[in-house]
Amino acid sequence: MHTQAPSRPHAAGQPPVDSAPLLAALAAALPADALLTRPEQLSPYECDGLSMYRQPPLAVALPHTAAQAQAVLRICHAHHTPVVPRGAGTGLAGGALPQADAVLLSLARLKRIVRIDPLARVAVVEPGVRNAAISEAVSVHGLYYAPDPSSQIACSIGGNVAENSGGVHCLKYGLTVHNVMGVRGFLADGTPVSIGGEAPDDSGLDLLALMMGSEGLLAVVTEVTVRLLPRPRHAQVVMAAFATVEDAGDAVAGIIGEGIIPAGLEMMDALATRAVEDFVHAGYPLDAGAILLAESDGTLEEVADEIARIESVCRRHGAVSLATSQSEAERLKLWAGRKAAFPAVGRITPDYYCMDGTIPKKRLSAVLRRIAELSQQHGLACANVFHAGDGNLHPLIFYDANQPGDVERAEAFGLDILRACVEAGGVITGEHGVGVEKLDAMCVQFVAPELATFHAVKAAFDPAGLLNPGKAVPTLHRCAEMGGMHVHGGKLLHPDLPRF
Amino acid sequence: MAHPQPEGRPLEPVEAHLAEQVRTAATDGHVLHIRGGSSKDGLGGTPRGMGLSTLGLNGIVDYDPAELVVTVRAGTPLADLQAELAAHGQMLPFEPPAWTGATVGGTVASGLSGPRRAFAGSVRDALLGVRLIDGRGQVLQFGGRVMKNVAGFDLFRLQAGAWGRLGVLLEVSFRVLPCPQREVTVALQMDADAAITHMNRLAGTPVPLSAAAWYGGLLQLRLSGSAAGVQAALPGVGGEPLDAVSAQRLWADCAAQPPGLAETASAAGSVPLWRLAVPAATRSLAAEGEAAIDWCGGLRWLRSHAPAEAVRALAASLGGHATAWQNNPARPAMHPLDPVRQALHRRLFATFDPDGVFDSGRFDADVAAMATPAA
Repeated sequence: MHTQAPSRPHAAGQPPVDSAPLLAALAAALPADALLTRPEQLSPYECDGLSMYRQPPLAVALPHTAAQAQAVLRICHAHHTPVVPRGAGTGLAGGALPQADAVLLSLARLKRIVRIDPLARVAVVEPGVRNAAISEAVSVHGLYYAPDPSSQIACSIGGNVAENSGGVHCLKYGLTVHNVMGVRGFLADGTPVSIGGEAPDDSGLDLLALMMGSEGLLAVVTEVTVRLLPRPRHAQVVMAAFATVEDAGDAVAGIIGEGIIPAGLEMMDALATRAVEDFVHAGYPLDAGAILLAESDGTLEEVADEIARIESVCRRHGAVSLATSQSEAERLKLWAGRKAAFPAVGRITPDYYCMDGTIPKKRLSAVLRRIAELSQQHGLACANVFHAGDGNLHPLIFYDANQPGDVERAEAFGLDILRACVEAGGVITGEHGVGVEKLDAMCVQFVAPELATFHAVKAAFDPAGLLNPGKAVPTLHRCAEMGGMHVHGGKLLHPDLPRF
Repeated sequence: MAHPQPEGRPLEPVEAHLAEQVRTAATDGHVLHIRGGSSKDGLGGTPRGMGLSTLGLNGIVDYDPAELVVTVRAGTPLADLQAELAAHGQMLPFEPPAWTGATVGGTVASGLSGPRRAFAGSVRDALLGVRLIDGRGQVLQFGGRVMKNVAGFDLFRLQAGAWGRLGVLLEVSFRVLPCPQREVTVALQMDADAAITHMNRLAGTPVPLSAAAWYGGLLQLRLSGSAAGVQAALPGVGGEPLDAVSAQRLWADCAAQPPGLAETASAAGSVPLWRLAVPAATRSLAAEGEAAIDWCGGLRWLRSHAPAEAVRALAASLGGHATAWQNNPARPAMHPLDPVRQALHRRLFATFDPDGVFDSGRFDADVAAMATPAA
């Protein structure tokens, strides 16, 4: 995993000249256990799931209540101090990376389940509630919360809102944006704001959609209303092995073409499959060019019908072997491999760098070919796991942080992969978010007036620019500097803007 | 003030012409009222300004059924898009009203979803990306043509239900769904309160529900999915199956909003009509004039002579909001916003449209509520 200090430091801010008045005001407003300021207390918070970037914050606030969170925002606003919100700290893009001059606002202690309404199939929860804890709490009613990011045992619903998290089942059940009905919280200056609720389609602009995936730049959420679904009674998975990635890709198109929306549809290339099989012995064939996992869920009748059709499509597209789970234990075993893909790759390379592009599914073979070429060019290996149903590709770049220059090569390779995704008609991040990690890649996907619009939307919510500044949207200056600005007709965009 | 000629995304000639009109309006201080097929005239606030037609933006740009994604120009007739999707066994998940002349752009701008909305999501849930012209005449592209995308703020979803207040939609991408193998609609006789409980209970069980509505004393439930799945679920749901033609007419009627309007228009046409969004399990509002229920309880159609403030207070007390519909003269037509969201709206308008080019009055949720004239 990443252990190295950042190769290109993020603009992390300088500690303020005199933070004493701010810290005194916070200490007066919070219980003693809700404010951390000593270096040894701060160090656990110096990074999130992207440990390649580290920076201790000025202080950590750990409010127990929404009112305390509001007080932190008000005080920081009055002292012109930035605030970096943090959920469970599992994010993979550095969205919760602290700044030296900012207070880190952890929402982890706001973890009450406020209300469950089984009839209306709604739960109101605080942001620190773990994703999986929602489903656990409502399972007695035969309900669950559908989005299931791989980190669901640890990640919190507040972080899911910030990242618009997906999960293995999002092709059928949607992302966070499709499953959250309302949020309450505070703007950067502590003003309370309530968006959406238990009624459908809020009046006015769809601010709720805007909040989803806004990476803590627009508001701090202290309460989330989620939609609950009936838990499917039954699930089965088909594991199909194919000689080539192309065949597997054709089978994916065939399944969709058959009118089936599988509950899960995952693909792994040969390198990922071998790494996984050596690690968990899930029963994947080692000679396959790619394997496909297709899950069906629903009633017994629905699943039986869908599984038979999936098997027949896979056979038609030249599956070299086929296995269908006949029990829950077999289903979990077939999934265990896919779920262990990242740690399995972690066993065969000192470090890996996980990318997160999304592409139109039909471009998969072309993009994988391009990744193989780039792998040669950069001299680093790359295994690929793919949420095949929704086109979300996770190339895992192998490198060794102890080899001088490897981190830089991995980052350059990664940016080239994201460029290839955009060129294929896709996007630079499907589910991990931009954070600090993909600021440069944002310059590849968006033109200057679009980035300027993002900045203006940020300013509409947070005119002082104090909430998680510097994340998610690159400055126009940064894009101009990296040369990633789109140039059309030989002219730079916005000739009136300064370039350095 | 004049804005410089923007550089950015490549434009088609028809788009460039629209952008030019927007820039001219900005320079001259004119307001533009964006028009598609005019099928939704009578909804929203009373419009003003010069018409800006999107009908020159016609046709499907990209459609590969295996991707479950379609990209289409905003002025394309909704019926054309739906026919093309149906030819490939697919559909828009949100079952929009198919009023005569409706365009794809108007469908997004109005944000209106039909009966499947409670189970398959709304317009914005299916929206994957847009290209638009903002109030400076710049062409901006947000989102994309892929299912999963968290790059940048979701400014594309913000266009659903914005009534063109933020820009002229040029092109939109939707996520589409396969048409179900089989659909069966059953009717059960019961009063509104019983229907609300029944539909919500069923929705909490693994039954392939795709619509649940009540009007005229009948709970109407639609099951959609694989033939085997629907068949297996039918006995547990009970009720009398409708023939396919009646069922299709029923749900088209619900999608047309409000259901049963044709039958009641002559009798009740002079009674102001309200569209209330409320939490799904909210009690029946029959005493207040409730005429129909859709979206598994989340949508209520109310005919009432009560003052607008009273209807809005009722909706708000239930945790929802009320929109004046069609012949209802209450203004603003949309449910007014609280001061915090109103301020956010004004700043977002200034972001997308600093000169107020698109301030046609159609979107009026940000307008403070006025005293209602006596009915």
